[in-house]
Amino acid sequence: MAQNHCVPGESTADRASMTKAGHGGGRLVLVLEDEPNISEAIRFILHRDGWTVISHAEGQDALEMIVRERPALLILDVMLPGRSGLDILEALRADPALADLPVIVLTAKGQAADRERAMRSGASLYMAKPFSNAELLAAARQLVGV
Amino acid sequence: MTLNLLVLAALGYVAFLFTIAWAAERQAERARAQGQHFRLLRSPLVYTLSLSVYCTAWTFYGAVGYAARSGLEFITIYLGPTLVFVGWWWLLRKLVRVGKAQSVTSIADLISSRYGKSNALGVIVTTLAVAAYTPYIALQLQSISLSFAAFAGEDSIAPRQMALWTAAGLAVFTILFGTRNLDAKEQHPGVVIAIAVEAVVKLFALLAVGTFVVWGLADGPADVMARIESASRADWVIQPGRWLGLTLLAGIAIVTLPRMFQVLVVENADERHLAVASWAFPLYLILISLFVLPIAVMGLDLLPAGQNPDMFVLALPLAMDREGLAMLAFLGGFSAATSMVIIASIALSTMVSNHLVVPLWLWHRTRQGQMQGDLRGLVLNARRLAIGIILGLGYLYYIVSGGGAALAAIGLIAFVGMAQVLPAMIGALYWRGATRVGAAAGLVSGALVWLYALFLPSFGPDVFISARVMEEGVFGLAWLRPHSLFGVDALDPLLHALFWSLALNTAAFILGSLASFPGPIERLQGAQFVNAFSLAGEAEGSAARGWMPAQSRIEPEAEDLLAMAQRIMGTTEAQTFFQAEAAEQGKQGYLPDPTPAFLDKLELKLASSVGTATAHAMIAQITGGSVVSVEALMAVASETAQIMEHSAQLEAKSEELARTARQLREANELLQKLSVQKDSFLSQISHELRTPMTSIRAFSEILMDDEITGEEQIKYARIIHDESIRLTRLLDDLLDLSVLEHGQVNLDIQQANLSELIDKALIASNSVLPQREFRILRSTDDEQIMLKTDTGRLTQVFINVLSNARKYCDAEKPVMRITVRRRGPKVSVDFIDNGSGIPKKSQALIFEKFWRLTDTHKAGGAGLGLAICREIMLNLGGDITYVPGQGGAAFRVSFPTALDPALPRAAKQAVAE
Repeated sequence: MAQNHCVPGESTADRASMTKAGHGGGRLVLVLEDEPNISEAIRFILHRDGWTVISHAEGQDALEMIVRERPALLILDVMLPGRSGLDILEALRADPALADLPVIVLTAKGQAADRERAMRSGASLYMAKPFSNAELLAAARQLVGV
Repeated sequence: MTLNLLVLAALGYVAFLFTIAWAAERQAERARAQGQHFRLLRSPLVYTLSLSVYCTAWTFYGAVGYAARSGLEFITIYLGPTLVFVGWWWLLRKLVRVGKAQSVTSIADLISSRYGKSNALGVIVTTLAVAAYTPYIALQLQSISLSFAAFAGEDSIAPRQMALWTAAGLAVFTILFGTRNLDAKEQHPGVVIAIAVEAVVKLFALLAVGTFVVWGLADGPADVMARIESASRADWVIQPGRWLGLTLLAGIAIVTLPRMFQVLVVENADERHLAVASWAFPLYLILISLFVLPIAVMGLDLLPAGQNPDMFVLALPLAMDREGLAMLAFLGGFSAATSMVIIASIALSTMVSNHLVVPLWLWHRTRQGQMQGDLRGLVLNARRLAIGIILGLGYLYYIVSGGGAALAAIGLIAFVGMAQVLPAMIGALYWRGATRVGAAAGLVSGALVWLYALFLPSFGPDVFISARVMEEGVFGLAWLRPHSLFGVDALDPLLHALFWSLALNTAAFILGSLASFPGPIERLQGAQFVNAFSLAGEAEGSAARGWMPAQSRIEPEAEDLLAMAQRIMGTTEAQTFFQAEAAEQGKQGYLPDPTPAFLDKLELKLASSVGTATAHAMIAQITGGSVVSVEALMAVASETAQIMEHSAQLEAKSEELARTARQLREANELLQKLSVQKDSFLSQISHELRTPMTSIRAFSEILMDDEITGEEQIKYARIIHDESIRLTRLLDDLLDLSVLEHGQVNLDIQQANLSELIDKALIASNSVLPQREFRILRSTDDEQIMLKTDTGRLTQVFINVLSNARKYCDAEKPVMRITVRRRGPKVSVDFIDNGSGIPKKSQALIFEKFWRLTDTHKAGGAGLGLAICREIMLNLGGDITYVPGQGGAAFRVSFPTALDPALPRAAKQAVAE
């Protein structure tokens, strides 16, 4: 499984960057994205901003992972193998414990109808691919109230 | 016996008849009120007895006189009718059928009705009948006054006075019973019963006198026969020409005499009565003629010479002082005379009122603009007047002619006159080509010959025709002498007149008919008459009735016509048309009288909708049957066939339309599906393009930062590079697919060995996940097949299939088995691995665009590989399919060994299969 689990303390470089930028404040962000290169890009951007980044590429067990890890922010791709991102989002919103979790929905489908569906399903923010790194960072920061 | 007693007896007899007639009339009315028929009138016996009106005073008295003068020749007068009733009953039946069907009121009406309701013909026949009957009625008056004279002897009152009183009395009786009411069918049940009673009286009287003569005066039949033999005189010799002519004349008279037509047709209550009459009437004639010759012979023997043989029937009993028998004979003769006069004047008055008085009066009223009102009173009064006039004319003739002529001769003059109707009547019943013009021409020419050659000379020389003309002809032209026209002078005057009148009549009738063209009503009527038996029995046709049609019969008919027309023309249009037609006839509402003219119009209207033949048949059905000839039926059938053909064509067209609609619907559904597919295709392309673009953008932005290490820089630049290649490959695949899908691909056809192509593909696919070791099982012997196809494209398919196996085969020790089979011109190559295969639900989808078994990155492509493979194989005239149940993923690539590049894609495939 293409899974990158980067927790604080594992790498000194991560720590250094976290303390250096500090905006992420070590908060945990879960990236659900099946494209490894995109996942890597997001990991790099957020990690540099002081976030703790967990990546996962499979939709099937995504919900269990969220419950287990309790991230401060979820970045969710719509086209996930195993289970659709929007499906996961709806299930997540149905759980009272997770209803308030900020979720950024990312998708390569940039049409208006897709955006509406995403917002109806409970997305906190909708971003079309390709995105600007700065925008993604700003959105992440805003959603967790930094 | 005094005259007073005789007058008393006569008056008493008339009163007796009056009572019978009145009672019968009451009975008939009561029966009619209860909706039944008067049973006595419905008896064939009464019908037969009423026919005996043929036997007039002329028969009763005159036959004996005739026999005394000419021997057995009198028999011809009975022979003619007998032959007609026995041998020509089918003519009588048709006459009765037509007469009843057309509600004919008289012989003039029959002729007029047949020839297009021509009143001119009615007038001609009526005039002829009145002219012919005047001497005939005079004859009856004469015989009655003679019989009075025979009784009263020398002290009798003047015969003229007697005749006047007789005429007046008969006029009153006839008016009382003949014109009591007005019926559409002109039947007079009371009169008919009275006539039947009279028939019995005269037969009984004659038989009684005959019995008295044969067994009372002579010594039985043998003695009478001997006396007849000895009495034979030169002028008793049978003359074949006269016999033939007289028999013919009497036969014609039985159907053309107005009074015979009256009882035979008009008063007929049931056509079947004719069957009984066809033997019973000849029997009556035989009985009444049985004692004629014995009486004549005994009269000649026993009575003093110079006695009028016409009065032998009366004179013999008187001479023998048998007053009772004489009285009976007197009453018999009286019966014969009165019955004839009564019926004749009824018949003639009907003709006069219907064809002369009423049309004149109507014409007069129309000119004054008054068309409303009841005609019944007018008609009845016209008839009463006509009866008076007819008897008056008879009396006048009796006075003018001096009463000298022999009874029989006068009767025969009338016979010849009425015989002129025969050609027109026969033509009416049997010749559809007979026309009004022909009938008029025949009647007029026949009547003129009769007048000139027989009737006018009968008054004696110098009364109407001078003796000089009789001798030398008109203007001295010998061939115009009345008794030897055209130089024929070998015949006696009667036969001469009969021959020429009938010959010229018939010739004029035929030529006139051939030369003229019948009008529409004439044709309609002609068909109704000639085809009387092919029509519905009880139906009364749409055509001419009497002058006043029965209202009750018409209303439902018009209603039925309207109902039918509504069905065909549509409610509004039909009602408008009917209303307009009714208004034209001067009627309110929607129901015009179904006159032939109206029916013709309606038929035309309907014909525009349903075809001529059908329209005709439909109207005929409702109006009670007209001509439905074989041709008409054929026409209906062919129209029906045409309609059926049309409807079949329409059906075919509507099926075609339905098929087209279905095809359009399917095409539309396909288009919608294609549209959805296109949207989803674009959406997928967008997705496939955005994904690498996302990576490229994100890492480009990262690289633009100066805060990254050299190691990271290299790593991320490589990602950008890879994703760029991925984008390019995606675009290449899309273009490739597009070209293949549209069949616009340029195939590069080359010769190659299949085994070599597989070798090449195996080597090429090794670059995919090169770390995986694949065991290849193949039989190179089977692979030695020379191909002539686009070897590059084929190899591309092999590579794609092998690469997929390398990517997706999940067996620990992967094995690839390659099997080649050749079947005729076709080769199939199976690629089977030992992995878990493709799930059943996905097998149908793997050749779709953008379909991937796993995630994009692992597949390493946009999911277009197999879609492209399939397009390639279709272009090569083959196919690629997934073969389930082979213990792993199994793809079969099949294709023809030699490809004809000229064939289009679908055709290549068809050849391959």
